[in-house]
Amino acid sequence: MSRSIRFAPLAVLLLIIVALVWRLATPVDTNVHSKLEGRRVPPFTLATALPGKPTLSSADLATGHPRLVNVFASWCVPCVSEVKVLQELKSRGVSIDGIDIRDRPQDLAGFLARNGDPYERIGGDPQSQVQISLGSSGVPESFIVDGKGIVRYQHIGAIEASDVSLILAKLEQAR
Amino acid sequence: MLLASPALADSNLPPAYWANRQLPDPQQEAKAEALMAEVRCLVCQGQSIADSDAELAGDMRDLVRRRIAGGEKPSAIRAWLVQRYGTWISYKPTDEPAAWPLWLAPVVLLLIGAWLIRRRIELRSQR
Repeated sequence: MSRSIRFAPLAVLLLIIVALVWRLATPVDTNVHSKLEGRRVPPFTLATALPGKPTLSSADLATGHPRLVNVFASWCVPCVSEVKVLQELKSRGVSIDGIDIRDRPQDLAGFLARNGDPYERIGGDPQSQVQISLGSSGVPESFIVDGKGIVRYQHIGAIEASDVSLILAKLEQAR
Repeated sequence: MLLASPALADSNLPPAYWANRQLPDPQQEAKAEALMAEVRCLVCQGQSIADSDAELAGDMRDLVRRRIAGGEKPSAIRAWLVQRYGTWISYKPTDEPAAWPLWLAPVVLLLIGAWLIRRRIELRSQR
């Protein structure tokens, strides 16, 4: 064996250090992304979340224009500030539908009364079934669905003011 | 009030019906529990949905039990979940290229060990 084999343990140590430093510098993305991007929204029909408010079904997401589907809940803290950003998007002509996760009608009514209502339709998902069928893993999340019912983009976490231009660009692409 | 509530709040609704109830048929319940132990919780990502207390895990247990009770095979339910979340949601190792090191590493290590033993025997017999 050549003499330089004595440096093998040092080389292994250096490799380990490089790997650790790299992973510290670029942490793993712990968000779970839906695999439905580029695929059709699975068929679903949701129950009425709020009396007087039209509910949401998959047929309502294939109307010829891109729509934003917001997965939210009254007990979701970041959803409260997200409503303002959704109102901003609505004022720019975005059609927004809501899927309300694990909520009673009175809780949803209270949430909308306190924060405002940017949704055209709201479907009630009390056992997260449609949320799971969309590959969503938490609230809030938003999906951009194009006019043919294909999921084009998933936004994990609340849409913030700094994300508005990105969302509008994605909606343009989905046209 | 808002400042005091945690970022990951829970809803006001009780758990789904089959989240914490066993199926009446013991064979179906066994199949359901075997599958639940191999589905990763999306909230507490180090646990299976069988172990996790997260509400979404409860809803997923309810989904698994209802579908098993409806006659669906565990492999079909697993495939349905993988279609939506990717292979990461299943603890069962796959045969994808990304998993090949997992399968090959024991074989490779055994071969290296066998080679080292052979070398040692050869060196010893040369003296």
